[in-house]
Amino acid sequence: MSADNSADFEPKIVGIFCNWCAYMAANLAGTARMLYPPNLRVIRVMCSGRIDPQFVFYAFKNGADGVLLAGCHHGDCHYIEGNVKCLRRYKLMKKILPQFGIEPERLRLEWISASEADKLRKVVGEFVEELKKLGPLGFRGVELGVVEAEKQVRI
Amino acid sequence: MKPKIAFYWCASCGGCEEAVVDLGEVILDIVEKVDIVFWPVAMDFKKEDVEALQDGEILASFINGAIRFSEHVEMVELLRRKSQLVFAFGACACFGGIPGLANACSTDELLKYVYEEAPTVENPDGVRPTPGYEVNGVKLGIPEFLERCKPLDEVIDVDYYIPGCPPSVNVIVDALNALLEGKLPPKGSVIASQKSVCHECKLNATKPEKILLKSFKRVWEAEPEPDKCLLAQGFLCLGPVTRGGCGALCVKGNMPCTGCFGPLDGVMDYGAKALSYIASIIDSADEEEIEKILEKIPDPLGLFYKYSLPKSLLDGIRK
Repeated sequence: MSADNSADFEPKIVGIFCNWCAYMAANLAGTARMLYPPNLRVIRVMCSGRIDPQFVFYAFKNGADGVLLAGCHHGDCHYIEGNVKCLRRYKLMKKILPQFGIEPERLRLEWISASEADKLRKVVGEFVEELKKLGPLGFRGVELGVVEAEKQVRI
Repeated sequence: MKPKIAFYWCASCGGCEEAVVDLGEVILDIVEKVDIVFWPVAMDFKKEDVEALQDGEILASFINGAIRFSEHVEMVELLRRKSQLVFAFGACACFGGIPGLANACSTDELLKYVYEEAPTVENPDGVRPTPGYEVNGVKLGIPEFLERCKPLDEVIDVDYYIPGCPPSVNVIVDALNALLEGKLPPKGSVIASQKSVCHECKLNATKPEKILLKSFKRVWEAEPEPDKCLLAQGFLCLGPVTRGGCGALCVKGNMPCTGCFGPLDGVMDYGAKALSYIASIIDSADEEEIEKILEKIPDPLGLFYKYSLPKSLLDGIRK
């Protein structure tokens, strides 16, 4: 899988963050001028329960080397149990990814509250290191011109 | 002059052809209205006969089966040129179908198993098929095995989709009537229901408002109770995320829906949606317990992508 393990490989991470906690934590990290690796691109959703597995697969298909999902700690969900639904989907996605030839470590779920900017910083740092070891995902499908899902997509 | 119709099969089991024959007497009415100019499984026309037609002379070609060999590509490109409309007929042509599950393995793994490792195979020299071979100066060839199994619309432009494994009689009749009466929906439409299988299922009335399950049952483990929603009994029925049109045939036979009519409109990846819905009805918030419940899904790819692996977002990622 890892065609290029060179030291200068910078993994691309797509973060899908809950509006009420992890996104706020990222905001806090920003206002506090904390430093963390710039490999993360964040997409905000209203709840981690909104994270459709299609989003995750779409990110991998379009060049993400890792996907980081983040939501509220158990019991803290703004919508009562959206984060639990996210956990269940995450567990099943972890199981199906290897069948597609993707290392399950490329998908990560973390509970990060609005005040835990430091945890966010640490998690992103760790994830970048781990992905550097795994190397680029390298989606063969892009070269082959596989599924032009975009043509018919309305998520 | 009667409009011309063609049928063709690519990588398929023949079930779609059976489905056409299953039309019964209806087929006689149809044959009165159209000329069938090509149908390898039932009539003696050759490739040359198709080549002799003018471009666009065939009103519609109904093509079933996935694209697996170079020969399939050649034939569907020919039919595309000769036809005004192309219908992807059946799950394999629409989404890749059962043959598409081969994409879960690399080409080398497939050939190695089929020609060397399968218990019934004896092949000490490890002979594999080769596309070209020369005997006494004469070149012989067989079609080439493609790197991936593909749905029809990855190879040619497809006008309409008739899903199902095989398509049920009513959707075939609907499609033929729409074609002959000039009442076809917009290009790219799927000719089946716009609602999920549950809407047609006789057990839908017994489906509880909210379903949460502590354990899943696999079909060989328990006998389903009649007249009770299979999902509520714990069987992994994919009816809620699958397009209707079949009249919930499998459920009538006490088998859960496996998703052969594919996704509803607006869904990008059928398996991801099915995965999402099955995961969300697990009745647990505890990591270990969730993992234990998921042990009942040993092969999620085989379950959720049974008919649509070549159409999935992640197909082709494996090197």
